[in-house]
Amino acid sequence: MSMHAEAPALIGTSGDSLREAFGKALSSLADEFKNVVVLDADIAGGTGVHHFRKSHPERFLQFGIAEQNMMAAAGGLAAVGLQPIVTTFAVFCLRAVEQARLSLAYTRRNAKIVASHPGLDVGPDGGSAQALEDLAAFRAIPGMTVISPADPVEMALATRAILEFDGPVYMRTGRSPAKRVFGDDHTFEIGKGNIVRDGKDVTIVACGVEVARAIEAASILAESGIIARVVNMATIKPIDTALLKRCAKETGAIVTAEDHNVHGGLGGAVAEALAQTRPCPIEFIGVKDVFGASGEPEELATAFGIDARAIAEAAKKVISRKKKS
Amino acid sequence: MAITLRSIQGDGDKAPLKPARDIETEIATAARFVRQHVIASIYRATSGHPGGSLSCADLLAALFGAEMNVWPNAINDPSRDRFVLSKGHAAPALYAIGAHHGFCDKTESLALRKLNSRFQGHPHIGDLPWVETSTGSLGQGFSVALGMAMGLKLQKSSARVYTLLGDGELQEGEIWEGAMCAAHHKLDNFCAIVDYNKLQSDARNDAIMRLEPLAAKWRAFDWAVAEIDGHSIPQILSTFRRVGATRERPSVIIAHTIKGKGVPYMENIPAWHGSVKLTREQAEEALQALGATHKEIKDYLDVDAR
Repeated sequence: MSMHAEAPALIGTSGDSLREAFGKALSSLADEFKNVVVLDADIAGGTGVHHFRKSHPERFLQFGIAEQNMMAAAGGLAAVGLQPIVTTFAVFCLRAVEQARLSLAYTRRNAKIVASHPGLDVGPDGGSAQALEDLAAFRAIPGMTVISPADPVEMALATRAILEFDGPVYMRTGRSPAKRVFGDDHTFEIGKGNIVRDGKDVTIVACGVEVARAIEAASILAESGIIARVVNMATIKPIDTALLKRCAKETGAIVTAEDHNVHGGLGGAVAEALAQTRPCPIEFIGVKDVFGASGEPEELATAFGIDARAIAEAAKKVISRKKKS
Repeated sequence: MAITLRSIQGDGDKAPLKPARDIETEIATAARFVRQHVIASIYRATSGHPGGSLSCADLLAALFGAEMNVWPNAINDPSRDRFVLSKGHAAPALYAIGAHHGFCDKTESLALRKLNSRFQGHPHIGDLPWVETSTGSLGQGFSVALGMAMGLKLQKSSARVYTLLGDGELQEGEIWEGAMCAAHHKLDNFCAIVDYNKLQSDARNDAIMRLEPLAAKWRAFDWAVAEIDGHSIPQILSTFRRVGATRERPSVIIAHTIKGKGVPYMENIPAWHGSVKLTREQAEEALQALGATHKEIKDYLDVDAR
């Protein structure tokens, strides 16, 4: 009979994921932002805040597996002058939406919700764990800023930005290893999108993991002579209407791409903004109002039609609509 | 023997000590004002929750009149005690005790539930900073208060945090998440008061969702538990003093109360949980029962509150 002295290897707690980038950035910013306290519901290893727990244990607050109490308690912590960062998985943020609404947003608290494991990017845990509704739910709350950065570089910048920002914020990180999109010279400002690849025939507006796929889609399109612009729209609310108008004017057609239900998230925000300012044909890439399933993130992206090829197809379709109109 | 305010407003250390009986009389007077103001504002609003506002009047009067370090000229003082009305539908009672102590205007606060009034159907910090947070969704005020207590302790503040819970509110799962959390974090600066009037929106607690054995539940969650008559001002005051000395554990005071207390035709009748519309006759009868004079009744019901 043999004894295994070594603990089992943890899966998915390391690597170049957005949650790791967030956790490391938060830990390194903690001495500068002295009022920051981190709230955890027993998944620090999953959300990346185990780095903060190690570096600043006295400011790490354990709430156990009880997200409703944690979310509302953040309102109380903010009320006495602290800057609470509520951390859990995106799907568990959904169970505390009403607490975020009343005790963080209606009260205009300087509290941040940072949600890891959004969308199909969750992978093998399956449909129950894949939040595809969080951007829509939090976007519908008055005064809530909603952010979904694209890569580890942007995540670190966004972490600083939300700490400097006074007000409630919902920010997505990500579970899986993320592709690098930006160089070290990237800048991030809440409420501003940026053009990551220029083009004239169509604009792909993406957020989160879909930005890397949008860039890949632009390369696919280039093979057939279509020059696509790619916009990283990391802030879903408030949406950068000025940039959207410019893209509509200059390219005449838009594809939105998000790891989220096609209803109510980035696509909804873009359509709302353009319908009122500069209408143009829009195609929506996202999960088509169904729940997710188990699988690896890239497999799921293909199966649910949010991979680079799907984005490229949507771009061709929207360009054809442009020509008709 | 004299009991003293733990600290007095403004130039506190120069204020004279008051005999216990004087303080009890003041609190009784405040509670009577609260009940009258509640009836008047709900009558004028043509909706609102009278039953649960009347049942907690003595508790609120004791908190604001003696137990808490709060004063209207220092609502941002970090060292102040905090009060959160977790049973936010008793807003008329909170507005009334606030008006009695100068946190808001006695006449303006009669404009309950009106368009452009700061006195919404449930308290909102965006309108009234002294209410400490916005409530009205049961269970949340308790968690917010818990977060305040946790944050104050982290900052080594000596301020205490009080929250008033409804009994029906205890059916919210969030309450028991918070109960476990407050005990785990040994929040001995945190005191919850249950306005245990036994009735909720549709019927008796027992008929909707049984709460008993209630004290045993809180004890099992490792809280210090006191059970009192929530209309006995001496008992309320002595219990606050006692639980204030609790260390390493949060405290809960289960205050047995009568829903609609002070208005005979409302007492113990679930229908008055509201939101109800009071007729002129009902409002007058209630105010009379609460000791208002003819002139006071007319002022309450007819003064221009806008």
